[in-house]
Amino acid sequence: MPTYSHRRFQIRTFYALVAIGGLFTLMGLYASHMMEVHGHIITGMNNQIVWGIPHVFAILMIVAASGVLNIASIGSVFGKAVYKGRAPLAGMLSIAMLAGGLFVLMLDLGRPDRIIVAATNFNPTSVFAWNILLYSGLFTLVALYMWTLLERRMYNWVKPAGLAVFTWRIILTTGTGLIFAFLVARQAYDSAILPPMFLVMSFAWGLAVFHVVQSAMYSWNGLTQDRVILKRMKNLLGIFVLGSLYLVAVYHLTNLYFAKQTAFEHFILADGGIYPWLFWAGYVVLGSLLPLLLIYHPDLGQPRFAVMASLLVILGSFALLYVFIIGGQAFPLSIFPGYEVTSSFGDGQIASYHPSLPELLLGFGGVGIAFLITTVGVRVIGSLLPQDLPDQHQRHD
Amino acid sequence: MNDTNQQRRQFLKTSVGAAAVTIAPGVLLFDMAHGKSEPVSSKVRWGMLIDTAKCADGCNDCVNACNKENGLSGGLSPTDSQWMRKVELKEISTGRTLALPMMCQHCEEPPCVDVCPTGASFKRADGIVLVDKHLCIGCRYCMMACPYKARSFVHEPLHDQKPDVPRGRGTVESCTMCVHRVDKGQQPACAEACPNKSIMFGNLNDPDSDIAKKIRTVASSQIRADLGLNTGIHYQGI
Repeated sequence: MPTYSHRRFQIRTFYALVAIGGLFTLMGLYASHMMEVHGHIITGMNNQIVWGIPHVFAILMIVAASGVLNIASIGSVFGKAVYKGRAPLAGMLSIAMLAGGLFVLMLDLGRPDRIIVAATNFNPTSVFAWNILLYSGLFTLVALYMWTLLERRMYNWVKPAGLAVFTWRIILTTGTGLIFAFLVARQAYDSAILPPMFLVMSFAWGLAVFHVVQSAMYSWNGLTQDRVILKRMKNLLGIFVLGSLYLVAVYHLTNLYFAKQTAFEHFILADGGIYPWLFWAGYVVLGSLLPLLLIYHPDLGQPRFAVMASLLVILGSFALLYVFIIGGQAFPLSIFPGYEVTSSFGDGQIASYHPSLPELLLGFGGVGIAFLITTVGVRVIGSLLPQDLPDQHQRHD
Repeated sequence: MNDTNQQRRQFLKTSVGAAAVTIAPGVLLFDMAHGKSEPVSSKVRWGMLIDTAKCADGCNDCVNACNKENGLSGGLSPTDSQWMRKVELKEISTGRTLALPMMCQHCEEPPCVDVCPTGASFKRADGIVLVDKHLCIGCRYCMMACPYKARSFVHEPLHDQKPDVPRGRGTVESCTMCVHRVDKGQQPACAEACPNKSIMFGNLNDPDSDIAKKIRTVASSQIRADLGLNTGIHYQGI
């Protein structure tokens, strides 16, 4: 049993964490209030870069929210015992990150006060409108799924609920990829590979977030992770990181093959300033190769290396999304192929974008919400701690 | 008994009169506010034919007229609304230069309408693509989807708006083809302002209209025709 002083330390740390999450959330709300009063003029976004850093935060969290459920699916749908014990935490994290992502997405709207309009006026041809249904559906399904996991009387329903969540999240991430895949005129998007690419990236990012939270919970409770389970999970992360890298490579290689796309690829991969840097140094080296080294190197088996690898994967995903979303808009639209173009509206010019403080605060506000929900959730629902607890003797205290 | 009936009749007469006096101005205002009562029809497809050969280098009269008509500031910063812009083109292989005005192309298959989650982006039966300022939530997906970069987002609170051209902070907007003028039987402001008459406006669906006749006889093209959007704006000389 934890000692009295350890328990007091835990309670204090809990309130400190709640305070940190709350502070970030409040700062996000304040930023959104400022954007409401002054308009988007106080952000770095403009008529050329219409989606900025808030969208990087939001899409990262929404994609990871879907991917983290992979843990649950491996347990409930594919029957792997190790993952079954982790399904409740995966569900909790999914709800937390989805809430965080939607917080950012909604408060970045030009008219967040009209969010009800989005619920009452539904355009069936819009993939955005489908996503509104998919997001709210995921909340409901994951909540039901968690009920089946945590309520003994509902155990018989775990598998059907898990299957429903599994199907739903595959469709949801496909929908997120389609937001970009349907943009026929933008050179960076308009590709059928984007939905599968987002899907595999979601597995990697979700698992990375899970790893970090799980490790924090273990050390919070003074426990050490089971070596075998850790190894299996980090190997899985390695496979997902490789899978993402493969799909990102195919996406760029196919583009490089098309003469009409080479200028764009040159911009993203070689001479586009910050974008090639973020792509190569941020995503490829720090976000993929280094984590792979930390995962597969035989001398780096300790849990802290798995946590480092996971943190790097999250960092890399941020870099990749920045390049994908903002770099993709910075490259000029090809409105007049075969012509050099100039105008007062940025035609033919690389658009510039400098994220401002309010939009960064909004993005971190979303992270704050996710953090807050996770912290409180873990505290309130005791059984979120992975169920294959090692024996008592492995406790530190 | 008779007296009572008389009084009752009088009372009814006065009441009906008072009700009529009360309601009539409202009905009148309602009628005025709604303008023409007949709906627009798909028998009409409003469009433009722009002759780039007549579009003078450095002339900005159409853009200025658009800004004035629609109450736009005319500012050129990346956050200012530009419903219409002059684009200078130089053909890379030949070095040929030309200029043309660029704005919403009023597509028959508008991507902005397809992607709009709330249906705020819509196409009227007569082909004019508009944004319903009451439904737009400011998600900017339409700006991502537009192949012509025709849309602007209102980044700041607005002052002194034109009564005929409602706009709103936090919503997306673009060329309305001066729908408020077209519905009154007038030309869009840009077409009227062009000193060289390089913008021809009319009904593409009426085979006897000037624009339909001209499009039948001269070579014209649509921008990014490869996307199959069938734009309402046609250009000569590109």
